[in-house]
Amino acid sequence: MRSKYEIFKIGIKDVAPHLLSVFPFGIIFGAIGIELGFSPLFTYATSLIIFGGASQIVFLQLLSGGASSLIAITSVGVINSRHFLYGAVLSEYLQKLSLIKKLFISYFIVDQGFAVSNQYFKKYPTEKFNHYHLIGSGIILWFIWQVSTIMGIYLGSIVPEELGLKFAIPLTFIAIIVNELRKFDHVLVMLISGLAATFFYNAPFKTYIIISPLIGLFAAMIINKLKK
Amino acid sequence: MTWTSIFIAGILTYFTRMSMVTLIRKEMISDNLRKILNYVPSVVFPSIIFPGVLLDDFGAFVNISDPKIFGAITALVIGFFTRNVILTIVSGLTSYWIVIFVF
Repeated sequence: MRSKYEIFKIGIKDVAPHLLSVFPFGIIFGAIGIELGFSPLFTYATSLIIFGGASQIVFLQLLSGGASSLIAITSVGVINSRHFLYGAVLSEYLQKLSLIKKLFISYFIVDQGFAVSNQYFKKYPTEKFNHYHLIGSGIILWFIWQVSTIMGIYLGSIVPEELGLKFAIPLTFIAIIVNELRKFDHVLVMLISGLAATFFYNAPFKTYIIISPLIGLFAAMIINKLKK
Repeated sequence: MTWTSIFIAGILTYFTRMSMVTLIRKEMISDNLRKILNYVPSVVFPSIIFPGVLLDDFGAFVNISDPKIFGAITALVIGFFTRNVILTIVSGLTSYWIVIFVF
């Protein structure tokens, strides 16, 4: 059986390649915050308190564009509502933990960490300390996000805009889904959710980000019924 | 006022993270539901990828010859065959840059 520390390190190692896109994205975010006219402290506070990349950009953009706080907050909530799905998936593996530990780990649940740790959990569902994988992947993502935000705030646009590094975000997610591309039902469900997201993109409050996964899950349910 | 809104947005986001982890008990998840939850990565990530590649910053469709489309296809192909995260990201970015800076 692996020790806590070993699993923690595996978590860091597994998520490390994704830092390749998280790091520049953090710098871009920090620079955007300052560009939009927010103070360094205010910009950084979103990384510490909200800790959700895309939602932070939308939050600052809306506020600087004169939207009401209510609209900005609602949009953050909607964009981050995908965590409900992550939590539902992870709950099975975290169930044995005390409430305090669950509350601690929850703060670190983000896209890439969820994706790699969920893969680890599926592979080793019975390992006693497997939640340390999620702590490892989550803490390193958190740390890099904080550091890169601060770098972006103070160094500004050291990442030239022409490089279009925002594109690294879809790429990091492509790198996650390639594992399932050999399964026909998964590919079908991916196409349905992806096209739904494109179609509903202009729906108010960024609701496409939760509508489309739900449409995808509904499709998955039907596919599973038909398979029987 | 705006500081208050950061805290509310933060609490709200934290709630999306902790609620399911703390509320769901194993008995509540049937085998069928577990099967469906298996698809969560396959429904959430494409919902971010597709608009990120196919639409521009204003929500309009990009041109079919857009560098993002070329980059995404390259990343998909490289990712499919190598299953390597670094190669997938790097190949996607490189091909994207080649289209932007060379052509």
